[in-house]
Amino acid sequence: MNKCTERIFNGLVKENPTFVLMLGMCPTLAVTTSAINGIGMGLSTTAVLVMSNMLIAMLRKIIPDSVRMPAFIVVVASFVTIVDFLLEGFVPSLYASLGLYIPLIVVNCIILGRAESYASKNPVLPSIFDGIGMGLGFTVGLTCIGIVRELIGAGSVFGHQIMPDSYEPFTIFILAPGAFFVLACLVALQGKIRRSLEKKGKKVAKPAGCGEGCAACASRGVCGGHLIEPDKVSVDKTEAAEDQADKNNQEKEES
Amino acid sequence: MNEKYNVSSSPHIRDRIKSSNIMLTVVIALLPATIFGIWNFRREDAWILVVVTTAAAVLAEFIWEKLMHKPVTVNDFSAVVTGLLLALNLPPTLPWWMGAVGSVFAIIVVKQLFGGLGQNFMNPALAARCFLLICFTGRMTYFVYDGVTGPTPLANLKAGEAVNTMDMLFGFTRGTIGETSVIAIMIGAMFLILMGVIDLRIPGSYIVSFVVFIVLFGGHGLDAQYITAHLCGGGLMLGAWFMATDYVTSPITSSGKIIYGICMGLLTGLFRLFGGSAEGVSYAIIISNLLVPLIEKVTLPKPFGKGGEK
Repeated sequence: MNKCTERIFNGLVKENPTFVLMLGMCPTLAVTTSAINGIGMGLSTTAVLVMSNMLIAMLRKIIPDSVRMPAFIVVVASFVTIVDFLLEGFVPSLYASLGLYIPLIVVNCIILGRAESYASKNPVLPSIFDGIGMGLGFTVGLTCIGIVRELIGAGSVFGHQIMPDSYEPFTIFILAPGAFFVLACLVALQGKIRRSLEKKGKKVAKPAGCGEGCAACASRGVCGGHLIEPDKVSVDKTEAAEDQADKNNQEKEES
Repeated sequence: MNEKYNVSSSPHIRDRIKSSNIMLTVVIALLPATIFGIWNFRREDAWILVVVTTAAAVLAEFIWEKLMHKPVTVNDFSAVVTGLLLALNLPPTLPWWMGAVGSVFAIIVVKQLFGGLGQNFMNPALAARCFLLICFTGRMTYFVYDGVTGPTPLANLKAGEAVNTMDMLFGFTRGTIGETSVIAIMIGAMFLILMGVIDLRIPGSYIVSFVVFIVLFGGHGLDAQYITAHLCGGGLMLGAWFMATDYVTSPITSSGKIIYGICMGLLTGLFRLFGGSAEGVSYAIIISNLLVPLIEKVTLPKPFGKGGEK
């Protein structure tokens, strides 16, 4: 199970899709006008991501390489349609506020990115956990942005009034420009924390995996085109995972 | 042939004028409009907003540069100019803390995050005004004069009502603190021109192209009163003389300056006549600020690589 927890940690922290990989920016910027929208969008994407990762990992030996993209899209689109109908049926208010962005999960680059770079090369169980990790990372990212934007732009969090009545909301934060401000500040903050952790000698920033070449790689923005040999990657990955687990334990003990 | 041939990199010609001198000149040039604005809106206590906004801009610059371990550049007066310009662009009834928020946004987000003076891609004061306008739309469009609330002359003009152009010329009307009096602004602008701080090309081409647009599309033809009202109303004068001419965010080439001015004139006319709100100067200027790098690229003079033998 070590590999599975490593995948979750990887998705939540090391390769957080929102703050590190900067993937799926369209829903990130568009739907995070409130915390509840952020969490709804994040969880819908997580559901689709887990299912599609699972199915694609199952089918990875059957899908011919030359038509893998259309095949992935069909798989993702089917799950998105299911989620779309479920949301419409059971949470109509959330469905109304997310609107067009639910069907657009089909073209969310996190989902295709994970299918291409992870699920199509790995067994089913790790792929599921990769989906959970990435999806939760996305959810955490969206919810953070949503909370900040809702707090400043409307004075409430999850619909509950937090600020006193005399507070005058900065309306710009629930409009489009506010999304950019908040995302930029959170990314900067996260980079700052990352760097201070690195100074203390902790391995956090190194993205572990390079598949085949940088063109298809989801994390090429992070590593700056530095190609790691595929053989080494698996070793590096497990080592890094163990290191990370050790560090985590140490941290827990310390605290 | 006894001259020394010094080989050095540019700049080759140096002057005694420094940024601080120029900025100080701009502050002095803004004083007539500021003093008139404070007197004009004395019942609304406009002086508090002016002082707080200016002080917040200076303080924000000082604290940011201290925190970031950068050389403190408060002495060059650029933060004072930004704060003062922002204050002149705010309605007198605005709560003082909103002015301070605007100043902090102008200095930290628009100016310092992009590298400080000389690196900002748009006018910090105007960007902050637009930020506040989107944030607190109600407060930013709430105008009072002599205790009476109402629309600005420009809004009246847009609604097709009669306006008093003499009052608009002298400034006894509703509007933001510094924009109402065309005469006070022109005194400052004359000073800037005499001191050689600003170039006539930008305000000139701005105002001329705006007038042409108004004549062509305003629906009143060559009606002098309508044109005067448009020229004296809103932030056109303040924007054209003090904010469009900002060195950092205007083109450096002569032909570029004219293109830039025409750009602003057309956009202002477009926003005023066909836009949702009566005023459009601030948006016109910051959008043109964004076009400046392109304009400079197109108007690159020959010695710097345009044209010549292929």
